[in-house]
Amino acid sequence: MSTTFGVLRFPGSNCDDDALHIVSQVLSESDCKGRMLWHKDSALGDVDGLIVPGGFSYGDYLRAGAMAAHAPIMAAVVEFAKSGGPVLGICNGFQILCEAGLLEGSLSRNDGLRFVCKDVYCRVEGKPTPFTQAIPVGRHIRMPIAHSEGRYAHPDVETLEANGQVVFRYCDSEGTPSESANPNGSVNNIAGVCNPSGNVVGLMPHPERACEAILGGGGVAGLSLFESALAFLTNSSARVGTGK
Amino acid sequence: MKAKVYVTLKTGVLDPQGQAVSRTLGKLGFDGVESVRIGKYVEIEMADQDLGQAEKELTKMCEKLIVNTVIEDYRIELDGGE
Repeated sequence: MSTTFGVLRFPGSNCDDDALHIVSQVLSESDCKGRMLWHKDSALGDVDGLIVPGGFSYGDYLRAGAMAAHAPIMAAVVEFAKSGGPVLGICNGFQILCEAGLLEGSLSRNDGLRFVCKDVYCRVEGKPTPFTQAIPVGRHIRMPIAHSEGRYAHPDVETLEANGQVVFRYCDSEGTPSESANPNGSVNNIAGVCNPSGNVVGLMPHPERACEAILGGGGVAGLSLFESALAFLTNSSARVGTGK
Repeated sequence: MKAKVYVTLKTGVLDPQGQAVSRTLGKLGFDGVESVRIGKYVEIEMADQDLGQAEKELTKMCEKLIVNTVIEDYRIELDGGE
């Protein structure tokens, strides 16, 4: 039985094709498929998981993700998430999920006021989610970031931490979260979080840009998120992740 | 009628933009500046209606879209028409 991921496309999305490429091409040998979903659609169709990709949906007007959070397709996304379906928000997708209330907290202007585009390391931790359950906890993986509004804030970060909802944390190449490894001023070096039940995950780094060796020296660790979701959806006990 | 919405960052929320402006004002010789906070100002032209009703509508607009209540506060001013 094949597994199908829906990839949302808003006006201004620009990582939608990359995300679709991963699930429909890079993972095709694992019988994984992908389908693009237009923001004006009202139904998701037959999908097993959802990816909300990066970009600048609706020009990031008002606040990043604020408009997209109210797009017609989002009612179906909220329903899918509430029924336990796996949803991954990447970069602008993370911002959209926060604005839509599917994830807690907010993302605003980087503390350095600059667009930051570079590879970072993130430690995988917290409660198991579809996108991380197959990655050994404590592994740190390398992925690129590319954003201006990635500074994560939360009104009660202690509770978020205690609930295990912090699933990605910026760290150095040794796996230690440090101030110098924090690219944007996020509270507690938080790079990604999940909802209380764990099925909705958002992160600022771009795992879909770190999936193929041919693209350069950044490694392929990002693929482990998609492999993890695939293992979750096919009830496989596979372990994934290369560690770097 | 015209509504004015002032969106400001909540106390304690880091405002790197405000900090940068504050530093630059200092460099320009404005020694009395202690801090700067930057917010948003939104003007909304509305059909004439009962003031109380308009305020209720505006509050909903703010909570639903205009304001991110995790990090922002807001204040509504209504011009009661002429």
